[in-house]
Amino acid sequence: MSRNVVPVGPYHPLLEEAEYFTLTVDGETVTDIDLDIGWMHRGHELISERKSFTQSIYLVERICGICSTSHPLACVHAIEDVDNIEIPERAAYIRTLIGELERIHSHLLWLGLAGHFIGYDTLWMWAWKYREPVLQMIEIISGNRNHYGMMRVGGVAKDVDPASVPELRKQLDTIDSKMDMIAKAAKDDPVLKSRLKGVGVLTKQDAIDFCAVGPTSRASGVRGDVRKDEPNDAYGLVDFDEIVTENGDVYDKLVVRVLETIESTRICRQCLDKLENINGPVLNNVKEIGIGEGIGRYEAPRGEVFHYVRTDGTNRPIRHKVRAPSYVNIPTFEASCKGIPIADALITLASVDPCYCCTERSIKINHAGGDSPGINLLQLSRAKTERIRRTIHG
Amino acid sequence: MSWYNKRLAKSIWVFHVSASPCNNCDIEILDLLTPKYDVERFGIKLVGSVRHADAILLSGIINDKVSPKVARIYQQAPKPVYVIGFGTCPATGCCFKQTHNKDYEQGHPIPIDLYIPGCPPKPEAMIAGVAKLMEVLNA
Repeated sequence: MSRNVVPVGPYHPLLEEAEYFTLTVDGETVTDIDLDIGWMHRGHELISERKSFTQSIYLVERICGICSTSHPLACVHAIEDVDNIEIPERAAYIRTLIGELERIHSHLLWLGLAGHFIGYDTLWMWAWKYREPVLQMIEIISGNRNHYGMMRVGGVAKDVDPASVPELRKQLDTIDSKMDMIAKAAKDDPVLKSRLKGVGVLTKQDAIDFCAVGPTSRASGVRGDVRKDEPNDAYGLVDFDEIVTENGDVYDKLVVRVLETIESTRICRQCLDKLENINGPVLNNVKEIGIGEGIGRYEAPRGEVFHYVRTDGTNRPIRHKVRAPSYVNIPTFEASCKGIPIADALITLASVDPCYCCTERSIKINHAGGDSPGINLLQLSRAKTERIRRTIHG
Repeated sequence: MSWYNKRLAKSIWVFHVSASPCNNCDIEILDLLTPKYDVERFGIKLVGSVRHADAILLSGIINDKVSPKVARIYQQAPKPVYVIGFGTCPATGCCFKQTHNKDYEQGHPIPIDLYIPGCPPKPEAMIAGVAKLMEVLNA
């Protein structure tokens, strides 16, 4: 049988980041998919071991520009876990507020890009237009549109100015009304429905087998949300629903994200209410971190992000391990992309909201000689067998 | 070539190359195209192929893996092409100076004409940067 291959990338007009897919096709149908990632590798884990704790929080913020508070949050949770450091109540609400604002902007960003990928640029322009108030709110709180620099071990860096709360509420109202509009439009639009329903289905069993996380797994009917399962910061103190749908297709992933955005605005409102009533410090002074290990989890917009930190009593981690949600979501392409028409492949690839910048900080790259990593690995493996054979048989 | 540059400045078509950034400059570049900032009013348009582009928007530290690809993209672009480095990464390496995946002594694979510093730069700063490029082209 002849094997037709469609290469996508590394620089492709559709892809925001550099990544390389090889789609094997039979006529119109995708029969196999192969991925070559590692284009974005910058070596965060190694750099982090040379930085102090406070510096490494700024560093992990730059793992990804979209989840730029999820990584710092998981990182401070991990460092706090070493010594069981408590944070002030007000700081907990501020952390939750920023985390949820980030979720709103990330989901709207995805919604826009998904519209762009299926040739629905109106949705792109809408979603990104209504994403602006969120960035404005974040700018009011932290002083920057992205890369907030708010997280610290033992609290947050800046307090929310009480005078700005009414303005924040006003912006939140705008987002709410616009989200309702987008949710209605997305649900009622016959074009969106027929374009996305039944496309790229990830079954419940596949989602469990591939250990998918976040909206990708929740759209397939698998419960699992760090905010509910292991509530940290203020998540145990606010009221919100976990959105789970059953079908696992791209349309359900869209619905999950839109509804989650509305839940997030609910959480933000509750946080603002509390911030008006609770006073006090926002940062506990942490003098030093003891010897030990700590893990930190946080539900990033794309799923669970996990940080592991080992310390030796100095002011820097001796090991810092990061696992980003896209790292486990990307292999689900294996299940969801096979057997679908090639026109649907790209929206299916986009539907897990893959973030390659997050994923590629810990992959060993061996591009010397231009061989694909697979061939090199095979050679390495064979060479090792040969070495062992020689030592045994002399 | 000033007659050419003057015509070029009327409508700069740009191609976006993300060379191992943190994604933040990239989404801010996309943000420029959406209703709030809408750079199409200056004739700036994002194109799908570098062969149509007058300027390359480059973000990230350009690590060793993407470096040959970025050089290839630069070769493919019709000259003159102007390379704009977005963010602190192409300029100084930001917090990735100590990375093992880039040889800073070798420098960048392509010449960069204009740097817009910031992590990420604000959209207003990005527009101001490109407007400066237009000014130079018009001179």
